[in-house]
Amino acid sequence: MIYEISYTAISFFVLFVGIVLWLSFYFARRTKSSASYYAAGGRIHWTVNGIAFAGDYLSAASFLGICGMIAVSGFDGFLYAIGFLAGWIVALFLIAEPFKRLGKYTFTDALNSRFRSRMITLCASISTLIVSIFYLIPQMVGAGDLVTPLLGLPHWVGVLFVGAIVILIVSSAGMTSTTYVQFLKGGLLLVLSTTLTVYILKNGLSLQPDHKGQPYHRFLHLSPQLINKQVQDVGEWKAISQQSAGGNEFVKMEKEGVERWFLLGGQEGNYQLTEVLSISESGSGGLLYNGEPKENAKFFQVGHMSKIIVDGKEVDKTGPLGPFRFLSTIKNSEVMRFNQIKLTDEGKAVSLYVPQVVSGKNFLLPGLKYKIGRGSSVWSKLDFISLMLALFLGTAALPHILIRYYTVHSPRDARKSTILAITAIGLFYLLTLFMGLGAAVNGVLDVESSNMAAPLLARAFGAALFSMISAVAFATILGTVAGLIVASSGAIAHDIMDNYLKLKQTDAQKVRAGKISAMAVGLFAIILGIAFKGMNVSFLVGWAFAIAASANLPAILFLLFWKKTTAKGIGYSIIVGIVSSLTIILTSPTMWGRYGLNPEDAFHKLENPAIISFPLAALTIYLVSALAKKNAVTPAKNDAA
Amino acid sequence: MHHPAPSSTETDNASSKKARLGILFFFIYLFFYAGFVVIGVVNYELLAENTIGGLNLATLYGIALIVFAVLLGILYNYLCSRYEDKMNTGGKKI
Repeated sequence: MIYEISYTAISFFVLFVGIVLWLSFYFARRTKSSASYYAAGGRIHWTVNGIAFAGDYLSAASFLGICGMIAVSGFDGFLYAIGFLAGWIVALFLIAEPFKRLGKYTFTDALNSRFRSRMITLCASISTLIVSIFYLIPQMVGAGDLVTPLLGLPHWVGVLFVGAIVILIVSSAGMTSTTYVQFLKGGLLLVLSTTLTVYILKNGLSLQPDHKGQPYHRFLHLSPQLINKQVQDVGEWKAISQQSAGGNEFVKMEKEGVERWFLLGGQEGNYQLTEVLSISESGSGGLLYNGEPKENAKFFQVGHMSKIIVDGKEVDKTGPLGPFRFLSTIKNSEVMRFNQIKLTDEGKAVSLYVPQVVSGKNFLLPGLKYKIGRGSSVWSKLDFISLMLALFLGTAALPHILIRYYTVHSPRDARKSTILAITAIGLFYLLTLFMGLGAAVNGVLDVESSNMAAPLLARAFGAALFSMISAVAFATILGTVAGLIVASSGAIAHDIMDNYLKLKQTDAQKVRAGKISAMAVGLFAIILGIAFKGMNVSFLVGWAFAIAASANLPAILFLLFWKKTTAKGIGYSIIVGIVSSLTIILTSPTMWGRYGLNPEDAFHKLENPAIISFPLAALTIYLVSALAKKNAVTPAKNDAA
Repeated sequence: MHHPAPSSTETDNASSKKARLGILFFFIYLFFYAGFVVIGVVNYELLAENTIGGLNLATLYGIALIVFAVLLGILYNYLCSRYEDKMNTGGKKI
């Protein structure tokens, strides 16, 4: 995929980053105390906090990841939207108000409000750090993906760039600036996503999704002769080699010195070669895109309808559609997806992106990523349940979301903030369905990175929209990373250094320790962001949710709703939650592939750990607390039922 | 846009009633959310059934879960605010 530098995009980008930095330095002058640094002094208005909540939550995972996953895997991507929003139900109905009453600055403060246990302090702060870092990885990956088309820079430069700006923001001002950045970004994201959805519906569906100055690629089709099952030359195309992979037969053909890959289809007397996209290692160690160097721009954006049915009739295009009509037309038609198949040719790795027709009916059902219907297994069904469980339970246990309850004045404001956030986030997630499907059928997908679906879709509708969307998406990442780093630095400087190690520090020294911690976490996030390049950011965030749900939520729920909960129970539950969820993630098929091993050889087939790690952690807190009744503490009267 | 500095000493007489309401609403939503997951795992074909607006059940259910969460949240806030106004008679709202 070739990205050209857009100067309009760069202008918007510079403007946004400028506003963000100005806000940071403006609020830096007000950040004199640790209360101000970690919790904005508890002075943020609930409406600002509500939209900032939405801004915090609508991270790269939501905007880039969900849209990208819907574009590639259809309804399975929308599962994330459903689960991400449902998680707010736990936050609103069970956690928001009682939690606001418990805490001061951090998640650890709240958990420890009754026990003053060093074990809780240490476990909760480590949990905060781990969850925040797992949440940081996808944000940094998304940042790198975004900067490539925006500024024409390599992925790692984008990661470094975001890391540096965020470290500057957080180490200057803390929670107040983070809140206003998120408020600004959350509002703009809603407005621009609505605009993009209107464009998608107005544009309708077409078999040839050409856009201004960007005609859709016409894939080559050849009719070959076969002798002894071997494809022969077709006109000027010379057959070079032929091999099977992923249940298909692929043929490498050469014309005018350029080698391209084709999928062999058809039957005796009517064979057909269909062009596929390829990325292959070249002799010089670089990569060839469709047989040519990247600069030749022969690698195309893809994704289109292969058949459109309206009122029972096949049409070439539909014209403008209403929201329900848009969804039902896709459901009744056929979508062309591109599946990746890897093979080795003459000792060199080759990735092929092969067109595959999928009925709209299947595209709008779960199953392309999470198999629960045809072709499912016990493992795949467990994985689906585990994902839905993690998304439902994870939100309410994310430290960077929890600390936002402390930025408002009262429990009532915390509740009202949460409801405003749910409304804004719910609206946004409805829009992701249209943006993701729009990207799937408008010929804008970059097969190398699903994360760019929404910005690339915006580019198809005009440079201005692309520029604004990209700039806001970048601000999205800046804001979320800033919030995560504040939460992480709070865990290190406030929880570990101040509360656990009992270091004697003045308030100014505490703020400085927080800022230095923020820098350290930021640098670590940069390294991880580069290491995890290429993974879908929603999928990565699913892991953060699973760890949060397992390590933090049992502790929070038992503390709020079970009078016999003990400090040891909370501590051990956090440890069991972290260890079990991390063990399952680190031994999952995806990580096996990341280690360079065969995913099929992984210890288990579970990608999402929550179905095992959450009950384990809940059982731990129950058993340990029940066995240590002596240390039980009765909750204060007004804290919860 | 700023409130006064936070205070942690205010008493909320409505807290247990609000907590009970929260638990009730949580289980109502959980029932419908779990319903979606159970249908997917146990009777996958049902998700493909046509429903209103030409949408399949999966899409309609997914959209409905999002809209339902928002509506339930608004109703919860309305009821909680009423409890607070009624039970915290000292005129102090929290």
